[in-house]
Amino acid sequence: MNTAAKTMELALIARVLAGESELFHELIRPYERLVYVTIFAILKNETEAEDGAQETMISAFRNLKSFRGEAKFSTWLVTIAMNEARKRLRKVKTAAENSLDESTGQGDGDFTPAVLTDWREIPLEALERKELKEKLRESVAMLPEKYREVFVLRDIEELNQEETAAALGINVTLVKVRLHRARMMLQKLLVPYLKSQAPAREGFFRRWFQ
Amino acid sequence: MNLECNQVWEHISGYLDKQLDADLLAAVKKHLESCEVCSAVLDSTRNILVLTADDRTYELPVGYSNRLHARLEAVIKTRSG
Repeated sequence: MNTAAKTMELALIARVLAGESELFHELIRPYERLVYVTIFAILKNETEAEDGAQETMISAFRNLKSFRGEAKFSTWLVTIAMNEARKRLRKVKTAAENSLDESTGQGDGDFTPAVLTDWREIPLEALERKELKEKLRESVAMLPEKYREVFVLRDIEELNQEETAAALGINVTLVKVRLHRARMMLQKLLVPYLKSQAPAREGFFRRWFQ
Repeated sequence: MNLECNQVWEHISGYLDKQLDADLLAAVKKHLESCEVCSAVLDSTRNILVLTADDRTYELPVGYSNRLHARLEAVIKTRSG
Protein backbone atom coordinates (compact mmCIF):
# COMPACT_ATOMS: atom_id res chain seq x y z
CA MET A 1 0.00 0.00 0.00
CA ASN A 2 1.44 3.39 -0.94
CA THR A 3 1.67 6.37 1.38
CA ALA A 4 -1.37 8.15 -0.05
CA ALA A 5 -3.55 5.08 0.35
CA LYS A 6 -2.28 4.60 3.88
CA THR A 7 -3.06 8.21 4.74
CA MET A 8 -6.58 7.78 3.36
CA GLU A 9 -7.00 4.61 5.37
CA LEU A 10 -5.90 6.33 8.58
CA ALA A 11 -8.32 9.16 7.86
CA LEU A 12 -11.09 6.61 7.38
CA ILE A 13 -10.23 4.97 10.69
CA ALA A 14 -10.32 8.36 12.42
CA ARG A 15 -13.78 9.06 11.00
CA VAL A 16 -15.12 5.69 12.10
CA LEU A 17 -13.79 6.36 15.58
CA ALA A 18 -15.29 9.84 15.55
CA GLY A 19 -18.73 8.33 15.08
CA GLU A 20 -19.19 7.61 11.40
CA SER A 21 -19.49 3.90 12.12
CA GLU A 22 -21.01 3.10 8.74
CA LEU A 23 -17.66 3.81 7.11
CA PHE A 24 -16.30 0.67 8.73
CA HIS A 25 -17.81 -1.27 5.83
CA GLU A 26 -15.55 0.62 3.40
CA LEU A 27 -12.55 0.33 5.67
CA ILE A 28 -12.53 -3.46 5.71
CA ARG A 29 -13.65 -4.13 2.16
CA PRO A 30 -10.09 -4.52 0.80
CA TYR A 31 -9.32 -7.11 3.48
CA GLU A 32 -12.30 -9.44 3.29
CA ARG A 33 -10.38 -11.99 1.32
CA LEU A 34 -7.26 -11.72 3.46
CA VAL A 35 -9.17 -12.46 6.64
CA TYR A 36 -11.23 -15.33 5.27
CA VAL A 37 -8.37 -17.09 3.49
CA THR A 38 -6.07 -16.75 6.50
CA ILE A 39 -8.57 -18.52 8.72
CA PHE A 40 -9.63 -21.03 6.09
CA ALA A 41 -6.06 -22.07 5.31
CA ILE A 42 -5.50 -22.74 9.00
CA LEU A 43 -8.77 -24.57 9.66
CA LYS A 44 -9.75 -25.91 6.25
CA ASN A 45 -13.41 -25.63 7.13
CA GLU A 46 -15.59 -23.19 5.20
CA THR A 47 -18.25 -22.67 7.84
CA GLU A 48 -15.73 -22.11 10.62
CA ALA A 49 -13.69 -19.82 8.39
CA GLU A 50 -16.66 -17.69 7.43
CA ASP A 51 -17.87 -17.41 11.00
CA GLY A 52 -14.32 -16.69 12.12
CA ALA A 53 -13.93 -13.99 9.49
CA GLN A 54 -17.15 -12.32 10.68
CA GLU A 55 -16.01 -12.50 14.29
CA THR A 56 -12.65 -11.03 13.29
CA MET A 57 -14.26 -8.04 11.62
CA ILE A 58 -16.68 -7.51 14.50
CA SER A 59 -13.82 -7.65 16.94
CA ALA A 60 -11.87 -5.19 14.79
CA PHE A 61 -14.84 -2.83 14.85
CA ARG A 62 -15.24 -3.05 18.61
CA ASN A 63 -11.54 -2.64 19.28
CA LEU A 64 -10.69 -0.16 16.56
CA LYS A 65 -9.65 2.44 19.09
CA SER A 66 -6.83 0.18 20.24
CA PHE A 67 -5.36 0.12 16.73
CA ARG A 68 -2.05 1.95 16.74
CA GLY A 69 -1.12 3.64 13.49
CA GLU A 70 2.46 2.38 13.57
CA ALA A 71 1.42 -1.11 12.51
CA LYS A 72 -0.29 -1.61 9.18
CA PHE A 73 -4.05 -1.99 9.48
CA SER A 74 -3.86 -5.21 7.43
CA THR A 75 -1.28 -6.66 9.82
CA TRP A 76 -3.47 -5.74 12.76
CA LEU A 77 -6.43 -7.49 11.14
CA VAL A 78 -4.33 -10.55 10.39
CA THR A 79 -3.28 -10.72 14.03
CA ILE A 80 -6.92 -10.79 15.10
CA ALA A 81 -7.77 -13.33 12.39
CA MET A 82 -4.89 -15.55 13.46
CA ASN A 83 -6.04 -15.48 17.07
CA GLU A 84 -9.55 -16.33 15.96
CA ALA A 85 -8.22 -19.25 13.91
CA ARG A 86 -6.13 -20.49 16.83
CA LYS A 87 -9.10 -20.32 19.17
CA ARG A 88 -11.19 -22.38 16.79
CA LEU A 89 -8.37 -24.79 16.15
CA ARG A 90 -8.14 -25.51 19.88
CA LYS A 91 -11.78 -26.55 19.71
CA VAL A 92 -11.50 -28.69 16.61
CA LYS A 93 -8.02 -30.05 17.20
CA THR A 94 -7.80 -32.45 14.32
CA ALA A 95 -5.96 -35.70 14.27
CA ALA A 96 -4.14 -34.38 11.23
CA GLU A 97 -2.16 -32.12 13.50
CA ASN A 98 -0.19 -35.06 14.74
CA SER A 99 0.17 -36.81 11.43
CA LEU A 100 3.43 -35.14 10.59
CA ASP A 101 6.15 -36.04 12.98
CA GLU A 102 7.96 -32.92 14.06
CA SER A 103 10.51 -34.79 16.07
CA THR A 104 12.26 -36.42 13.13
CA GLY A 105 14.49 -33.41 12.57
CA GLN A 106 16.85 -32.31 15.29
CA GLY A 107 16.92 -28.72 14.17
CA ASP A 108 14.48 -26.68 12.18
CA GLY A 109 16.77 -26.68 9.18
CA ASP A 110 17.07 -30.45 9.02
CA PHE A 111 14.98 -32.04 6.31
CA THR A 112 15.13 -34.17 3.24
CA PRO A 113 13.02 -33.16 0.27
CA ALA A 114 11.31 -35.68 -1.93
CA VAL A 115 13.85 -36.52 -4.54
CA LEU A 116 12.52 -37.31 -7.95
CA THR A 117 14.41 -39.48 -10.27
CA ASP A 118 11.63 -39.52 -12.82
CA TRP A 119 10.89 -35.77 -12.73
CA ARG A 120 10.93 -35.43 -16.50
CA GLU A 121 8.47 -38.25 -17.01
CA ILE A 122 4.86 -37.32 -17.48
CA PRO A 123 2.58 -39.90 -15.89
CA LEU A 124 -0.13 -41.43 -18.04
CA GLU A 125 -2.90 -40.17 -15.84
CA ALA A 126 -2.32 -36.50 -15.29
CA LEU A 127 -4.04 -35.04 -12.29
CA GLU A 128 -6.48 -32.26 -12.88
CA ARG A 129 -5.36 -28.93 -11.53
CA LYS A 130 -8.50 -28.83 -9.43
CA GLU A 131 -7.43 -31.97 -7.63
CA LEU A 132 -3.95 -30.63 -7.18
CA LYS A 133 -5.35 -27.50 -5.54
CA GLU A 134 -7.38 -29.62 -3.18
CA LYS A 135 -4.26 -31.64 -2.37
CA LEU A 136 -2.43 -28.41 -1.67
CA ARG A 137 -5.16 -27.16 0.67
CA GLU A 138 -5.16 -30.50 2.46
CA SER A 139 -1.41 -30.54 2.78
CA VAL A 140 -1.28 -27.00 4.15
CA ALA A 141 -3.88 -27.98 6.72
CA MET A 142 -1.71 -30.95 7.70
CA LEU A 143 1.37 -28.91 8.51
CA PRO A 144 2.18 -28.55 12.20
CA GLU A 145 0.59 -25.34 13.41
CA LYS A 146 3.66 -23.16 13.82
CA TYR A 147 4.82 -23.90 10.28
CA ARG A 148 1.33 -23.60 8.85
CA GLU A 149 0.86 -20.12 10.32
CA VAL A 150 4.04 -18.79 8.78
CA PHE A 151 3.29 -20.42 5.43
CA VAL A 152 -0.22 -18.97 5.34
CA LEU A 153 0.94 -15.44 6.00
CA ARG A 154 4.04 -15.47 3.79
CA ASP A 155 3.06 -17.60 0.81
CA ILE A 156 -0.72 -17.38 0.71
CA GLU A 157 -1.26 -13.85 1.95
CA GLU A 158 2.12 -12.68 0.70
CA LEU A 159 2.88 -10.62 3.76
CA ASN A 160 6.55 -9.73 4.01
CA GLN A 161 8.86 -11.17 6.65
CA GLU A 162 8.53 -8.25 9.01
CA GLU A 163 4.74 -8.18 8.81
CA THR A 164 4.57 -11.92 9.35
CA ALA A 165 6.88 -11.67 12.34
CA ALA A 166 4.77 -8.85 13.79
CA ALA A 167 1.48 -10.66 13.24
CA LEU A 168 2.76 -13.84 14.92
CA GLY A 169 4.84 -12.19 17.61
CA ILE A 170 8.04 -13.98 16.60
CA ASN A 171 11.31 -12.74 15.15
CA VAL A 172 12.24 -12.58 11.47
CA THR A 173 14.84 -15.34 11.74
CA LEU A 174 12.21 -17.71 13.04
CA VAL A 175 9.90 -16.68 10.21
CA LYS A 176 12.57 -17.64 7.67
CA VAL A 177 13.38 -20.95 9.33
CA ARG A 178 9.77 -22.01 9.72
CA LEU A 179 8.86 -20.91 6.22
CA HIS A 180 11.65 -22.95 4.75
CA ARG A 181 10.66 -26.00 6.72
CA ALA A 182 6.98 -25.56 5.80
CA ARG A 183 7.83 -25.35 2.12
CA MET A 184 10.01 -28.43 2.28
CA MET A 185 7.29 -30.39 4.08
CA LEU A 186 4.81 -29.37 1.39
CA GLN A 187 7.27 -30.26 -1.32
CA LYS A 188 7.52 -33.73 0.16
CA LEU A 189 3.76 -34.11 0.51
CA LEU A 190 2.94 -32.79 -2.94
CA VAL A 191 5.65 -34.03 -5.22
CA PRO A 192 3.76 -37.20 -6.15
CA TYR A 193 0.94 -34.99 -7.44
CA LEU A 194 3.14 -32.37 -9.06
CA LYS A 195 4.81 -34.58 -11.57
CA SER A 196 2.17 -33.87 -14.16
CA GLN A 197 2.63 -30.13 -13.78
CA ALA A 198 4.79 -28.44 -16.33
CA PRO A 199 7.11 -25.92 -14.72
CA ALA A 200 5.40 -22.55 -14.43
CA ARG A 201 6.09 -20.00 -17.11
CA GLU A 202 8.65 -17.39 -16.36
CA GLY A 203 7.31 -13.85 -16.47
CA PHE A 204 3.80 -14.72 -15.49
CA PHE A 205 4.74 -15.29 -11.89
CA ARG A 206 7.87 -13.23 -11.79
CA ARG A 207 8.16 -13.32 -8.05
CA TRP A 208 9.42 -16.90 -8.17
CA PHE A 209 12.00 -16.57 -10.88
CA GLN A 210 15.37 -14.98 -10.87
CA MET B 1 32.65 -22.99 -3.07
CA ASN B 2 31.27 -26.43 -3.89
CA LEU B 3 28.02 -27.47 -2.30
CA GLU B 4 26.60 -30.90 -1.66
CA CYS B 5 22.96 -31.61 -2.49
CA ASN B 6 21.82 -31.45 1.12
CA GLN B 7 23.51 -28.07 1.52
CA VAL B 8 21.68 -26.79 -1.53
CA TRP B 9 18.33 -27.97 -0.12
CA GLU B 10 18.90 -25.81 2.95
CA HIS B 11 18.98 -22.78 0.69
CA ILE B 12 16.05 -23.51 -1.63
CA SER B 13 13.79 -21.14 0.26
CA GLY B 14 16.40 -18.40 0.45
CA TYR B 15 17.04 -18.87 -3.26
CA LEU B 16 13.36 -18.51 -4.15
CA ASP B 17 13.04 -15.45 -1.90
CA LYS B 18 16.18 -13.94 -3.43
CA GLN B 19 17.82 -13.69 -0.05
CA LEU B 20 21.12 -15.45 -0.69
CA ASP B 21 24.27 -13.39 -0.69
CA ALA B 22 26.25 -13.23 -3.91
CA ASP B 23 28.79 -15.98 -3.13
CA LEU B 24 26.21 -18.44 -1.91
CA LEU B 25 23.90 -17.64 -4.81
CA ALA B 26 26.68 -18.34 -7.29
CA ALA B 27 27.49 -21.64 -5.59
CA VAL B 28 23.84 -22.73 -5.54
CA LYS B 29 23.42 -21.80 -9.20
CA LYS B 30 26.55 -23.68 -10.15
CA HIS B 31 25.29 -26.78 -8.37
CA LEU B 32 21.83 -26.49 -9.94
CA GLU B 33 23.30 -26.36 -13.43
CA SER B 34 24.78 -29.78 -13.09
CA CYS B 35 22.38 -31.47 -10.67
CA GLU B 36 19.09 -32.66 -12.04
CA VAL B 37 17.86 -33.82 -8.65
CA CYS B 38 18.29 -30.43 -7.00
CA SER B 39 16.82 -28.69 -10.04
CA ALA B 40 13.78 -30.91 -9.65
CA VAL B 41 13.50 -30.07 -5.96
CA LEU B 42 13.70 -26.38 -6.82
CA ASP B 43 11.17 -26.65 -9.67
CA SER B 44 8.67 -28.59 -7.60
CA THR B 45 8.94 -26.20 -4.65
CA ARG B 46 8.51 -23.23 -6.95
CA ASN B 47 5.49 -24.83 -8.60
CA ILE B 48 3.91 -25.30 -5.20
CA LEU B 49 4.42 -21.62 -4.40
CA VAL B 50 3.01 -20.52 -7.74
CA LEU B 51 -0.03 -22.69 -7.11
CA THR B 52 -0.33 -21.36 -3.55
CA ALA B 53 -0.36 -17.74 -4.68
CA ASP B 54 -3.00 -18.46 -7.32
CA ASP B 55 -6.25 -16.84 -6.16
CA ARG B 56 -8.21 -19.81 -7.44
CA THR B 57 -6.54 -22.12 -4.96
CA TYR B 58 -8.32 -20.43 -2.09
CA GLU B 59 -11.73 -19.19 -3.16
CA LEU B 60 -14.30 -17.23 -1.23
CA PRO B 61 -17.68 -18.85 -0.65
CA VAL B 62 -20.52 -17.44 -2.75
CA GLY B 63 -22.29 -14.66 -0.85
CA TYR B 64 -19.54 -14.36 1.74
CA SER B 65 -19.15 -10.62 1.39
CA ASN B 66 -22.89 -9.96 1.61
CA ARG B 67 -23.26 -12.04 4.73
CA LEU B 68 -20.25 -10.41 6.32
CA HIS B 69 -21.56 -6.90 5.77
CA ALA B 70 -25.05 -7.83 6.87
CA ARG B 71 -23.70 -9.14 10.15
CA LEU B 72 -21.46 -6.13 10.60
CA GLU B 73 -24.38 -3.84 9.89
CA ALA B 74 -26.33 -5.43 12.71
CA VAL B 75 -23.43 -4.86 15.11
CA ILE B 76 -22.85 -1.30 13.95
CA LYS B 77 -26.56 -0.45 14.30
CA THR B 78 -26.72 -1.85 17.82
CA ARG B 79 -23.75 0.20 18.79
CA SER B 80 -24.76 3.51 17.39
CA GLY B 81 -28.45 3.04 18.09
